[in-house]
Order: sequence, then C-alpha cells, then structure tokens
Amino acid sequence: MSLVFLIFIPILAALFIPLLFKRLGQIHTGWFVLMVPAALFSYYATRLPSVMEGGTYVSEFSWIPSLDIAFVAYLDGLSLLFTLLITGIGALVVLYSIFYLDKHREQLHNFYVYLLIFMSAMLGVVQSDHLITLYLFWELTSISSFLLIAYWYTRDRSRFGALKSMMITVFGGLMMLGGFVLLSVMGGTYSIRELIAQAPELAQHDFFIWALVLVLLGAFTKSAQFPFYIWLPDAMEAPTPVSAYLHSATMVKAGIYLVARLTPIFALSEIWMWLVAGVGLFTMLWASFFALKQKDLKGILAFSTVSQLGLIMSLLGVAAAAYHVEDAAETYLKYAAFAAIFHLINHATFKGSLFMIAGIVDHETGTRDIRKLGGLMSLMPVSFTVALIGSLSMAGLPPFNGFLSKEMFLTAMLSLQEFEMFSMDVWWVLFPIIAWIGSVFTFIYSLYFVFHTFAGKHQPEELPKQAHEAPIGMLISPVFLAALVVLIFFIPNLIGDWLVKPAVAAIQPFLYDSPQNVDIHVAAWHGFNTELFMALGIFSIGGLMFWTLRKWQHLYDLYPDAVSLNRLYDEMMLLSGGGANRFSRIYMTGFIRSYLVYMFSFMTFIVLLTLFLTEAFQVDFSNLAPIGVYEIVILLAMVGATLTILGAKSRLTAIIALGAVGYSVALLFVIFRAPDLALTQLVIETISVALFLLAFYHLPQISRKEERMKFRFGNALVALGVGVTMTLVALSAHSQKALPSISEFYKETVYKEAGGGNIVNVILVDYRGFDTLFEIAVLGIAGIGIITMIRLRLTKKEGQHENK
Amino acid sequence: MRTNDVMLQTATKVVTFIILMFAVHIFFAGHYTPGGGFVGGLLTASAIVLLMLAFDLPTVKKIVPINYVVLTAVGLLIAIATASASIVFDVPFFTHAYDYFDLPLFGKTSLHSAMLFDLGVYLVVVGVTMTIIQTIGEDE
Repeated sequence: MSLVFLIFIPILAALFIPLLFKRLGQIHTGWFVLMVPAALFSYYATRLPSVMEGGTYVSEFSWIPSLDIAFVAYLDGLSLLFTLLITGIGALVVLYSIFYLDKHREQLHNFYVYLLIFMSAMLGVVQSDHLITLYLFWELTSISSFLLIAYWYTRDRSRFGALKSMMITVFGGLMMLGGFVLLSVMGGTYSIRELIAQAPELAQHDFFIWALVLVLLGAFTKSAQFPFYIWLPDAMEAPTPVSAYLHSATMVKAGIYLVARLTPIFALSEIWMWLVAGVGLFTMLWASFFALKQKDLKGILAFSTVSQLGLIMSLLGVAAAAYHVEDAAETYLKYAAFAAIFHLINHATFKGSLFMIAGIVDHETGTRDIRKLGGLMSLMPVSFTVALIGSLSMAGLPPFNGFLSKEMFLTAMLSLQEFEMFSMDVWWVLFPIIAWIGSVFTFIYSLYFVFHTFAGKHQPEELPKQAHEAPIGMLISPVFLAALVVLIFFIPNLIGDWLVKPAVAAIQPFLYDSPQNVDIHVAAWHGFNTELFMALGIFSIGGLMFWTLRKWQHLYDLYPDAVSLNRLYDEMMLLSGGGANRFSRIYMTGFIRSYLVYMFSFMTFIVLLTLFLTEAFQVDFSNLAPIGVYEIVILLAMVGATLTILGAKSRLTAIIALGAVGYSVALLFVIFRAPDLALTQLVIETISVALFLLAFYHLPQISRKEERMKFRFGNALVALGVGVTMTLVALSAHSQKALPSISEFYKETVYKEAGGGNIVNVILVDYRGFDTLFEIAVLGIAGIGIITMIRLRLTKKEGQHENK
Repeated sequence: MRTNDVMLQTATKVVTFIILMFAVHIFFAGHYTPGGGFVGGLLTASAIVLLMLAFDLPTVKKIVPINYVVLTAVGLLIAIATASASIVFDVPFFTHAYDYFDLPLFGKTSLHSAMLFDLGVYLVVVGVTMTIIQTIGEDE
C-alpha cells in the first residue's frame, strides 16, 4: 500500500471509535485501538532491512497542486526510527491504558479518538518531506495534545495545563511556519530533500539566520527547551498513558526530530551550533537541578524529561561540528550524532517505563505526592523492580542502556576539544563541565524518584487507598520496556546497526554514503579514560549528595516563586487577556445601533476613498433603458413603505411595511427578467416577516406616551453617507466596464461543460461550489449559535460548573 | 392568545401541499429553469412556517416530527461527501460529473452529481431555517 496513506490510518480508525464504544461498551475500546499501532508497527518493521542498507521510500499524494502542496511520505533511517517509536510505544501505551482507564467511568471514545488523531499527526510530522504539510501535522499534534491534557476537563488544573501547552507550542509552531516560508523563498521549494541539496547556497542568503532562529523557536517550544519548558510540567495533568506517550516518548521529541532533520541545512552556521548545543546543555542542567524541588512523582519525571531532551538537543548541536571538520568521520566528533539517536531510543524505553510506574503508584495508592509515599518495595515488588531498572538506567549505571549512551554523551562533549572554530577553542571546556554537573543532578533525582517512593517507611495512614500491586495487564508494558532497557545494554551494536546508524546517516548525509559506513562500535568498557573517571565522579559525588539529600533539599524552598518563568507566563496571560478585554469594552457597547454605525461609517469611508483614489467615479447616461410606468409605480410604493416604517407608531405596522419594500424589490426583479432572484426574494421576504413576527413577541413594548425621537446628527450623516455611496457606486458600475463581464463566459460554458441551463443555479452548485459549501456550513453554524444562545440561556441555572 | 381561525386553517391544509409540490418541482428543475436547492429549501420551510402560523408549534411538531438539527447535519454531510467523492475518481476536489440516461417513464434524462450537492444545500436550508424559527418560537 502507498506509504502516504498509511499515515492516515489511525485518523480513519478514529471514525469508528465512538461507534465501537457505544455498541460494544462491554469490551474495553482500547482492545480495538490496540490493533492500529500494532499492525502499523509490524508493517513498518518490514521496511527495516532495506532502510538498514541505506534504502529510502518516497510516496507522494498531490493535495493542492496549484500551490505545489502535497503529502509526501519519505521514509529513511531517521523517519523510520521515529515511526517505529511512535507505533511501538503507542501499542504499549494503549495496552497500558486499557487497564489504567476504567471502561465504565471514563469517556473512552473521546480519549481514543484524540489519541488516534495524535498518532496520525505524529506519523505525518516525522514522515513529511513537504514543509507545509509537516507544519500542518505539527500543529495537529499540538491540538491533539491540548485535547488529551484537558481530557479530565472538569478540573481547573487540566484546562490550565492544556491551554498553557497550546499557547506555547502553537506560538512556536507559528514561528516555525515563518521559518519554513523563508526557507522556501530562499530555495524555491518546500521539499526538505531538495533544500538539503542546495544547503551551501542557502547559507549565503540574507534570510538564512532568520529562518534558522524561527525554525529553532518551533523546535525548542515543542521539545520543552529553556525557557519554554514550563508547559511540560503542567501538561502532567493529562492521564498517565498520555504523559508516557506524548510528553515523554514522542511529541516532545518532534523538536529533536526537526533539528536532526534540518541539521544538513543549518549545520553550516555558527549560530545553529551555539544555540542548539548551548540551549540544550543549559536546559539539561537547569531541569535536572529543579527536578529535585518537585514533590509530585510525575513532576519529577517531567523535569527529568526536559533535562534529557536538553541532553539530546545538545548532542545534535555538537553533531553540527562534524560539518566543519575535514574527515570528521575519523575524529571523535562523529560520536555526537550517534549518541543523540542512541540516547533517544534509550530514553524512550526507560522513561516510558518510569511514567507507567508513576501511573501505577498513583492508581494503586491514590497519590503521587512523594512525601506521602515510601516503603512500597515489599507491597509492589514488580513495580519496584521496573522502577529501579528505569531509574538506574536514567542515572547512567551499568548494566543498563543509559550507561552506554551517557558514556557516549560525555565522549561527545569531550570531543569538542578537537574543534577549534567558532571560539570553541576557548569555551569548549564549559561543555563537559556543565554536562558533568547536570549528570550529577540526574543521578540524584533518579535515586530520589525510586528510593523515596519504594524504600523508607510505609505510611498507610497518609495514603487514600490501601496500596497493593497493580493488575498483571497494567504491568505488561512497563516490564516489557524494562526488559528492553537491560537487553539493549547487552546488544547495543545490534540496535546500532538496525536503528541508530541509518538515522545518523540521515543527519549527516555528507559524511556517510550509507549506514554501513558509520564506523562506531558501542562497548561498555573502553579502558581507563576520561569518560570513565567522569562517570565514577558522578556516581560518588551523586551518591554522597543523595545520602544527605534531606539535609539540603529544603534549600530549594528559598527560591522565590515570584521570579519564576511560570509567573512570567501567568502575568503575560493576565495582561494580554485583561488588556484585550479592556480594549474591546471601549467600543463594544452592547447596542446593535452602535455596531451598525461602526460598520456603515467604515464601509462608506472605505468605498468613497477607493472611488476617489482610483478616480473611478463616472456617469454615463447614454446606454439606458426607457423607464416604464411599472417601475415608477413600484418605486413610489417602495418610498411610501419606507416612510411608513419611519413614522409607524406600532411595530406591527413597521414590519408589514418592511415586507412591502421587500416584495416590491421582488417585483422589480420580475420586471428586469431575473426569475431566480425574484423567486428567492419572495420566499425570503415571506419567511423573514414570519420570523419578525415571532421575535416581535420578545421585544419590549413601545410606550404609549411616545416621546419624540431625538434627531441625531451623527446618525443622519451616516445614513446619508450610505445612500450617497451606494448611488455613486451603482452609477459608476453602470457607466463603465473596466473588465469584460464574466456572464459571456458563463453563457458559453454552462451547457457544454456544466451540462445545465440555469446559469444562476449552476454558479451556485458548480462554478462556485466552494462558496456554497462554505455558506451552508456558516448557515449551519448560525443555526447552532441560535440554539446555544436561546436554549442554553434557559438551562443556565441548572448546570453550574462543578469546579467553579 | 391564538384565536381559532377556521378559514386560515382550511386553506392551509390545501395550500401547504401545493407549496411543497412546487418546492420539489423547483428543486429538481433548478439546473435548467429557475429554481434550485436554495429556493426549494426556502419554499419548503415557508410551507412549514405556514402550518405553524395556522396551527401551533406542538401540532406542527406532531405532523412533521423531524429534528432539524440532524437534518442540517445530514445536508452538510451529503454536500461534503459529494464534493469529496471526486477524489476517489482521481480528479480534483469538487469536480462534478453528469451524463444522459434513458430512464423508463422519464425518457432521456440528465443526471448530475451537482444535484446531490444541491440536495445537501436544500436540506441545510430547510434545517437551519426551521431550527431558527422553531427555537425562537419556542422561547418563552
């Protein structure tokens, strides 16, 4: 099957979810959903052997050919790796969610529909070769993430977290769109592959730096880099399967993917390297430092995710150095890209399992507050084992996969001493030092997470529920992931050959012709080198600090909340929301007459200005039809009816007079031989009079002792202006033909090409079908709007919000 | 408040059907002679409005037990489905097709995919007009 359609399979499957939930509610909907990622995973896995050899697949579906927009699925090492992560972790997470979410209490149809939408969007992000469709999928991941975070939408914190993540990631997405547009302006194409081919020329362009910064803003917001990371801890309000899937394994790695994918384009720039490596490393240090401040299990994991993403990001920054060195494949600089991808895989395994354990602890004890937890080791032995494996891997201890990638991370940071451009010869030493400090804190929070939950004293009186081990089904996924954590330690080169090297070859295409040329061998033992001593330092200092953690952890409380980034976000939201509100209130009076004055005066102004500026006003009476008796009579009737409206003492009279005006217009249409218009006008007039009569009932009575209405000069001016403008426009439109009339085209083609006889109707349904489609959509929305305004107003008293 | 208007009610019973027939005629004839889904829909709605004026809302609801919101949704779905059906035939979105067929009883007849789209328009117009009028009318 065509690869490009496979992207849409989850979203198509989502169509059936509500039906399955309603009709087959006794079977947990998750079982049906599980088939989708599982099937996709096995299908994509069959592509692995040929991608390992350096093969690529392209499949294209043209979407908007006139704008050169197409869905292009491009499968190479990098996108296949992400695809397998999305579908593989997706299957495990769905399996886990079946036991996590109760089928009777939860709105499973919502949950799985959002999840499947996300899956399609994420597949689209990593497979799109076309920048515009990549952007669309990118925003779709933000939207589905928003919906999933707000899944328990009655909680204030959920809605707050959802909005925050949406605000920040969509801001970044928009910036990124700007970057993409600049890229296409520079390169004349939206295709990433074609842009990569002309990378050296692009680097000379004036827009290059702008595109770079804008694209990085998108990547940094999505991958929760400093200072945009603040949305991720608040996103932890989502159900735990979502946190494990979106906010640790896949969506937050979209930014990493983007940086890796666009490295061949931007790596030539000094700014790229400094920004990606610098921001990444700083994020790693900052988040690992503040992870220890957290009291919530998922909060610790959120900060740890931010920190690990920073680590991977910094490695990608260092990987850019390989573009500036002759024979980079011979130097230590080659390790950075490999380490980035390798750690990305490892992070998905151990962080996925840790999130699931956090969910299990929450599920079985009723709390995630680490101060209340402790001593669960004997009560939940399996969960403890899994948590221990995951944490120690995160801490970088052998025999777990985290040890291997952490060593390589240090190697890559040390390799910068070989790099002498961009003032690195002076500053390089900062990189290994910051990396080392960050790793020490990583070590401490890993131990903090596992031992403060499972070791120590059990406090059953603090827990809302009686703690016990999770059901077997809930444990399958984390145990499987933990097994992978151990397994990868023993077969790192198999993983390297299958998954890492093809991806590395995609990040550094100028360096390697095919994945086999990536000459890197992963080994646990390298002899006594600097990395080993650094690691030993991490373990000993980290161990010592963890031992004394209770003595110094309260120092975190000294950090004032008032200067945090979260505070900045809150203030900005308050300011922009309140400011917009105040500004709107200046002119939104609540009286329709004010709005009419705005609209009419603006319209008059703009039309008159255009007439004046383009000198379009002309009067030409030469080509006029004779005026007959009928026209005069109808016109007089219209004027009479209009005057009646103005002078009417009762509303009923006014409404009937208004109807008379409408019917007279319909008569005019008849005389000028426009039967379609006449027909429509007649029916519309009839129905609107009926509607008026209905609404009439709700209007306040005009008082008997009627005061004379004040003459308002402003209103008179506006009324006069509208009348004059319309007259001038009508006269000018009649007197000149700047463009040939389109009616000739219709007359020629209506029968030959559209197979119809009535031009008016064929315009509606065929020539300009799009307009009609949107119009009926708007009509539908208007209908729903009226229902909500009227019906919901009536039931307002009953349904108060449970959280307000 | 409402007086029992025998004349209006008797006339309505006949006229409604005439209007409805005319609406259907105008809907089908739209592609060649004046009419179409929009006017057809409005006429149908006006027939129902006439019923409402002559009788009252609960009675009309009993006579025409249609949920107009659903009707609107169905219309929109038909319109979008017709428009996107062209993708299956590998032609751009919203490409219409037509051909001439020899049908029994009707003789040579032209059938258009545009008519299906028009049906969507028709249903939306009836649905929305009636939704608005019914909602406002029921509001006390």
